[in-house]
Amino acid sequence: MWAPLSKIRRRFKNPSGLSDTNMLLMITVAVFFLMYISAMIFLKGSFLRPQMFFNTLNENAALIILSCGMSIVMISGGIDISVGAVTSLVCMSCAVHLDYGGGSVGTAILIALGIGLLFGLVQGFLVAYLEIQPFIITLAGMFFARGMTTIVNSTQFNVAHEGFQALKATRLYVPGMGTVNRLGTYVPAYVEIGVVVALVLVVALFALLRWTKLGRGFYAVGGNRQSANMLGINVKRTKFISHLLCSLLAGIGGFVYFLHVGSGAPSHATGAEMNAIASSIIGGTMLTGGVGNIIGTFFGVLSLSTIKNIVALLGLDDAWWTNITVAAMICLFLVIQSVVLSRKNRNRL
Amino acid sequence: MLKDVVLEMRGICKYFPGVRALENVDFTLREGEIHALMGENGAGKSTLIKVLTGVYPKDGGEISIKGMEGNAVIKSPQDAQRAGISTVYQEISLCPNLTVAENMYIGRTGAITSWRKMNSGARRLLENLGIPASPSQQLGSCSIAVQQMVAIARAVDMDCKVLILDEPTSSLDEQEVAKLFKLMLDLKNKGVGIVFVTHFLEQVYEVCDRITVLRDGKLVGEYVIEELPRVQLVSKMLGKELGDLETIEKKTVEKETYNETETVLKAEGLCSAAGIKPFDFHIDRGEVNGFTGLLGSGRSECVRAIFGADHVTGGTLTIDGKKARIAKPLDAMKRGIGYLPEDRKQDGIIGDLSVRENIILALQVMKGFFRPFSRAQAEAFADEYIKLLDIKTASADTPIKSLSGGNQQKVILARWLLTHPKYLILDEPTRGIDIGTKVEIQKLVLKLAGEGTSVTFISSELDEMLRTCSRLIVMRDRRVVGELKGEELTQDKIMTTIAGGDM
Amino acid sequence: MPKTIKNKFVRGLSGLAHKQIFIPFVALMLLVIINLIADPSFFSITLGTNSAGYPVLSGNVVTILNNASELAILAIGMTLVTAASGGQDISVGATIAISGSVVLRVLCGTSTQVTTLQAPIIVAFLISCVVSMFFGAFNGVLVAKFKIQPMVATLILFTAGRSIAAWINNNRLPIVSDATFGYFGNFIPGCPIPTPVFIAAACMIVIALVLKFTNLGLYVQSVGINAQSSRLNGINPAFIKFLTYVILGLCVAVAAFIKVSRNATINYSVVAKDIEMDAILAVALGGNALSGGKFSISSSVIGAYVIQFLTTTLYSFRVQSDALSAYKAVVVIILVVLSAPIVREKLSEVWKKIAPKKAVKEAN
Repeated sequence: MWAPLSKIRRRFKNPSGLSDTNMLLMITVAVFFLMYISAMIFLKGSFLRPQMFFNTLNENAALIILSCGMSIVMISGGIDISVGAVTSLVCMSCAVHLDYGGGSVGTAILIALGIGLLFGLVQGFLVAYLEIQPFIITLAGMFFARGMTTIVNSTQFNVAHEGFQALKATRLYVPGMGTVNRLGTYVPAYVEIGVVVALVLVVALFALLRWTKLGRGFYAVGGNRQSANMLGINVKRTKFISHLLCSLLAGIGGFVYFLHVGSGAPSHATGAEMNAIASSIIGGTMLTGGVGNIIGTFFGVLSLSTIKNIVALLGLDDAWWTNITVAAMICLFLVIQSVVLSRKNRNRL
Repeated sequence: MLKDVVLEMRGICKYFPGVRALENVDFTLREGEIHALMGENGAGKSTLIKVLTGVYPKDGGEISIKGMEGNAVIKSPQDAQRAGISTVYQEISLCPNLTVAENMYIGRTGAITSWRKMNSGARRLLENLGIPASPSQQLGSCSIAVQQMVAIARAVDMDCKVLILDEPTSSLDEQEVAKLFKLMLDLKNKGVGIVFVTHFLEQVYEVCDRITVLRDGKLVGEYVIEELPRVQLVSKMLGKELGDLETIEKKTVEKETYNETETVLKAEGLCSAAGIKPFDFHIDRGEVNGFTGLLGSGRSECVRAIFGADHVTGGTLTIDGKKARIAKPLDAMKRGIGYLPEDRKQDGIIGDLSVRENIILALQVMKGFFRPFSRAQAEAFADEYIKLLDIKTASADTPIKSLSGGNQQKVILARWLLTHPKYLILDEPTRGIDIGTKVEIQKLVLKLAGEGTSVTFISSELDEMLRTCSRLIVMRDRRVVGELKGEELTQDKIMTTIAGGDM
Repeated sequence: MPKTIKNKFVRGLSGLAHKQIFIPFVALMLLVIINLIADPSFFSITLGTNSAGYPVLSGNVVTILNNASELAILAIGMTLVTAASGGQDISVGATIAISGSVVLRVLCGTSTQVTTLQAPIIVAFLISCVVSMFFGAFNGVLVAKFKIQPMVATLILFTAGRSIAAWINNNRLPIVSDATFGYFGNFIPGCPIPTPVFIAAACMIVIALVLKFTNLGLYVQSVGINAQSSRLNGINPAFIKFLTYVILGLCVAVAAFIKVSRNATINYSVVAKDIEMDAILAVALGGNALSGGKFSISSSVIGAYVIQFLTTTLYSFRVQSDALSAYKAVVVIILVVLSAPIVREKLSEVWKKIAPKKAVKEAN
């Protein structure tokens, strides 16, 4: 156990000035491609079809958005475990609004954004300005959102609203990625609208974190609060914005989720917060704050769902296998992070 | 406000629960002067600076700054930056997870970050100041001294009217200090007002123009440097008359020597994971010796290896003539070794625990997990040592973190004295504490030695070492390069040995 | 002499306001008062007989004491873990599922429905203790040795735990119909007070004795506040952290045992669901810093009872069980906001302005 660890350590010892963030990102991307390529080689089947990949995107567009928000909060040293419940609340509210409230898709989107904004404002205020531990506040936020979902409507139902159905069925075809099926007809590859939203957000948030004062502020605050304050960063406002952004993204992610499943239910997106945290960790974000990358998070989500697909394809369809594999994967990435951290601590001596 | 005055503070007050940290303090800084802010620990220097830079809100008084109408309102470090005040704090306040360049520019650039511009600017600064770091390097991977220099680089690069340096030199070596001084003089010639806080008297007399002395949160006075000889400065800081001070100095010089020679501890070829070369070492009963050398020469690592604080990778230890294996601090403690670590905040105190718990901790651990002291016993121990060392604390139940630095150090000292060690290691016991306490600690060391305790004493201040130690082990580049005793114990001889000249 | 006693009393009273236990205590009192005003019959306790003809006490207070048992037991371990490692174990719900499955597996063997037990209950319990301490140790190693953030480290078992539980019993749901097994989660014939209350009390007594006769408290706090300097004082911080996780494992085993005994079976996916959140909440309501350091177990335990009290109160107000969490959240936020240092500071400032005379008097 220890011998190979020390070997890895030695290899990581002098990575020519690579920052922790970038190194963890590289590891994540490498692992994802390794996994996907070996699945293509050894499992063949559906992994060879591009649509398999696009389906992964379709199914995980919402999770990508949630995870991006989670990463931002985690980078600034906080945590938000209310995102899954907010997603569920958004789904239910929009569904009720569309089918019983006679609303339009436009107002539904506004509702989704409004819910996200509201959670962000309250949670952000409590965490940043009243300095209450984010875990407790967002835990209460989670309880609240889950409870509100059942208060809005306690049973699952599918949305029949026409405009919404049209939007849900909209497919964007990806040229050149289609395949010819057994009957000889060409089946084009497609993605849903949610994927476009997710990708746009990934790019935008990456730019935000990399090139703006606010984005770098997230890293500084997560790295060392007191220092960041003394370096002239408004720590409270930065923390507030990180929570605001995360909840707003949860609102958007909630609507994307809604668009994908087309129904409202109290059980929607249960455990999504943990999936988002897991994706962020696999993507190289550290819960201690200050380290992480949105691109990494994106690949974190893809890695997580790919491993689930592989497990399913291996015929280990029982639910427990999926969970155990995912747990093993988190474990692996944690050990990698721990090695990186110990390298960092050693240098400080 | 006079014409050449850049900063004026009038009647500043600051209260913490139960403490008057600052009371009616005035401070004036003129253009193009280096102004030393002096005082013992707990005198209120750091508090004054934190009030000025908006880290603490003030409870009374006015601040006016040149170029700003009326009273300046400084509520946060951002306000201070905007008002043209840039600061290097006592503790490094940079973000270890960001790059060197980012640490220099974050918080003072526009909304959009241009990495190219930032890196090239940082490279120029680093080159100018001769700091051995690359702009894109993660700050956490730099040594503490480099980090401190980066903080200084950041501060001087800001187009500031007032530069505050709060004990910037404590982790720098001589060359770096020289570089810093040159920089300070350059800025002074450009008309920047510099506030310089330090414990090193030599440094004050080397660069400063004026001195403001604080004592117990109150202003003692402002003096031009030529008019205030050293001894007077010290007496003003201590609030004692000259005569008192001389007797203290005299007493400390009288070294008591313990006559029996009996080796208490002997190390052969000891080396540790912290990267020191194998070294030999021994100490006799009642002896006071010391490790000396520049910062980073491995003097702390040597004693850490003896105490088992770092992972020992080789060598043997003999204690009282018997072979001993020390794998962890507890082994050393059980064999009668005490160790007061260099970094009080990180390695010494347990901040939230009470003074009492901090005092009994080591003895309690030695006694064992299943045998806790009774409350009465613990209180008796604590009271005894609070009295003995004259620790200034509201009560034994006060959390140690609310004590001043010098008193915290005394608590840690009490912790080890309580274990009645045969051999006590004191690594920089006097760093960052006031002169009065320094002298007390030196006296205590000599008293302990007189009673037969062996002491290893490490200090950055040579005269302190000369006053207490009868033998000095000199280190360079993590290697023992010489041993001096008796006649050889002179400042010059030590310097040349450290430098590697005349051996 | 009487004057000093009075002084002591006054000082003790004002000291209480600064003590940790103050917040959960006040919360509890508030709940009691609200219920007294709304419906005093809330507190009525009746002595009835259960289906087997034995006398049992029933009433809201009994329900609260009974149902909070598992949470109170978990709060003990969670407080220690929080104090030592500055993080929380989110896998306790999942490990309860594992530990409960082990109990059933030992009792039932491979069959799903047994009338005669395959092994003595005590053996099943001890084996489940060992297993759950093993999983505690797993978390402990990740946190103490690999220095992984506790919440992240325990995310592994949080994800995999319920699957492992299902695997232990081959995804079946065995039912134990043995009457003695039910004693631990319900009533011992002849005793009108529910057994879990006694078990919880026993756990509290044990931990109180441990804290009194060992240095666990001092070590845990030292490590939580400053691990590096604890090490230089001869404490082994990694071991102390590890130890707290093992202790939490033991608490989990006891809680799981009560849980399975209550239901005589186990449903892997829902048993003790979200109990980790409640346990962490109990620690936080007890005024313990979630970032570690100083702790008070009694405050956490009261916090656990506050949570259960709140749940029962809400039920008595006829709140739907699904919507319960929303109301709970509101109360939690109010409590946490009121206990936030910044808010308390502001409040005391306001208080001083309102009652300046009184403050002057007190100062004199």
